[in-house]
Amino acid sequence: MVSDAPRPLLSVSNIEVIYDHVILVLKGVSLTVPEGGIVALLGANGAGKSTTLKAISGLLRTERGEVTKGAIEFRGRAIHRRNPSEVVKHGIVQVMEGRHVFEHLTVEENLLTGAYTRHNGQSTKKDLDVVYHYFPRLTERRGFKAGYVSGGEQQMVAIGRALMARPTLMLLDEPSMGLAPMLVTEIFEIVARLNRAEGVAVLLAEQNATMALQVARHGYVMENGRIVLDGDAKAISENEDIKEFYLGLTGVGQRKSYRDVKHYRRRKRWLS
Amino acid sequence: MVDVVYAVLVAPFKDMAGSPAFLVEVLIGGVFAGLMYSLVALGFVLIFKASGVFNFAQGVMVLFAALTLVGLLERGVPVVLALALTTAVMVALAFAIERFVLRPLVNQEHIILFMATIGLNFFLEGFGEMLWGANVKKLDIGIPDRSFVVRGVQINELELTAAVTAALLVTLLAMFFQKTRIGRALRAVADDHEAALSIGIPLKTIWVVVWSVAGVVAIVAGLMWGAKSGVQFSLSLIALKALPVLILGGFESVPGAIVGGLIIGIGEKVGEVYWGPLVGGAIENWFAYVLALAFLLARPQGLFGEKIIERV
Repeated sequence: MVSDAPRPLLSVSNIEVIYDHVILVLKGVSLTVPEGGIVALLGANGAGKSTTLKAISGLLRTERGEVTKGAIEFRGRAIHRRNPSEVVKHGIVQVMEGRHVFEHLTVEENLLTGAYTRHNGQSTKKDLDVVYHYFPRLTERRGFKAGYVSGGEQQMVAIGRALMARPTLMLLDEPSMGLAPMLVTEIFEIVARLNRAEGVAVLLAEQNATMALQVARHGYVMENGRIVLDGDAKAISENEDIKEFYLGLTGVGQRKSYRDVKHYRRRKRWLS
Repeated sequence: MVDVVYAVLVAPFKDMAGSPAFLVEVLIGGVFAGLMYSLVALGFVLIFKASGVFNFAQGVMVLFAALTLVGLLERGVPVVLALALTTAVMVALAFAIERFVLRPLVNQEHIILFMATIGLNFFLEGFGEMLWGANVKKLDIGIPDRSFVVRGVQINELELTAAVTAALLVTLLAMFFQKTRIGRALRAVADDHEAALSIGIPLKTIWVVVWSVAGVVAIVAGLMWGAKSGVQFSLSLIALKALPVLILGGFESVPGAIVGGLIIGIGEKVGEVYWGPLVGGAIENWFAYVLALAFLLARPQGLFGEKIIERV
């Protein structure tokens, strides 16, 4: 099931990624992100979510990875041979897994570096206000070294920094990693608001499937470098296999109780 | 026993108080030497800040810049033009280094980049001498090496010019790093290459900028040292004196390089003049290293070094 839009914002078609010329990590991944949509990319550790995002943003090549087959198109233009700086200028920014703030720069300086690809001082100031509007907590922290603020605040800095580049598409890699559940909820709410109010499309790679499927409209499930399932977010969260393996629910829809642990595992109904 | 204590703790200070004009002269000598060390250390700091690479070739870059400048002057090129041309050469060198040394080694361990700069060191040394010859040359840029006397204190005109230039350069660099868009990007790259890439900061540009700036700093350092003591191979060894300065001031800190240089410059001159006779002289040769050693034990990030931020 692909989106109904005539031409998607981003379309990844059948890409293969090889690291170090030998290690095949993505084996024919295809996905699309519609204009202004939120798409979730689910999967366990090592399924290839981050690699997919890095293939799109161009960060792959600094890790000696390469897109060897297939194509990545952004608004109909091929971007898989571009370097990261050009991709950002096209309007795609990745927020990397593990936050990666500039620790020795202040929160505000971190945000300002996000505007590097743009040269207009006046609108930078305005964008800064927009970021502070979405992340009011950062206002109090603006003069602090980013290395010293809390994990949740660092994640906000990372997202805010990406926003400063005025992206049309944001690639969010595990924003929930290492954060308290309350903060995760807060950050996901902000992402959803950003999407609604600013029209930023989001491709969200997450292990936390429950949270991701709540904000996303469409979802893909990855395993071993392949997309094994895709569909409407609601349809995915109702899929028996997803409930079993990703959402931790049994068939009846209740949280699994460890008092009656099953002696068998449900078999996945897809090929991987 | 009492004699020793007296000789170490009292007599030198009595000497200082006895002739304040001489003390001021010694201090000025120390400040000058210190600023010269700072200039060399600055080159290291710039590159270390922006790429985390310890540039072993910085000393040779100073030599190479000085050799180029002298070579041009000897061929009758006017001073201003020669300076401009040397700057152009250093910028071209920065482009070449980015293209042929750094780019193929993106995201490699720092130690590998460090090794690459050792290679660069040997290359530049040979290349410079091949182009301009290996004999000692005199660098004359029109600032006379003479002194004037203010209230009984001798001040060397050349040293004064060098000190003012160094101070100016340092102020400019500090402002560049703190206030400009590129300066901020440089610090961002120093913190986290990958994150900098992810928000669209082009590493190539940043590296070319930072190596060019380090090249310009090398020109100034080469100019000042060369005018003082001639342009020769030993110029590249002043890099060794920059090391303790870095350890003292912190590898990432521009102000640290300056303060570290001043402490070492003044410390070794004062030590040499007032305490030197007690141990038979040559304090100047080891003072910096002993101080650096003490710092490594007590405060490894240096006076102004960026604290290693660790989250627990």
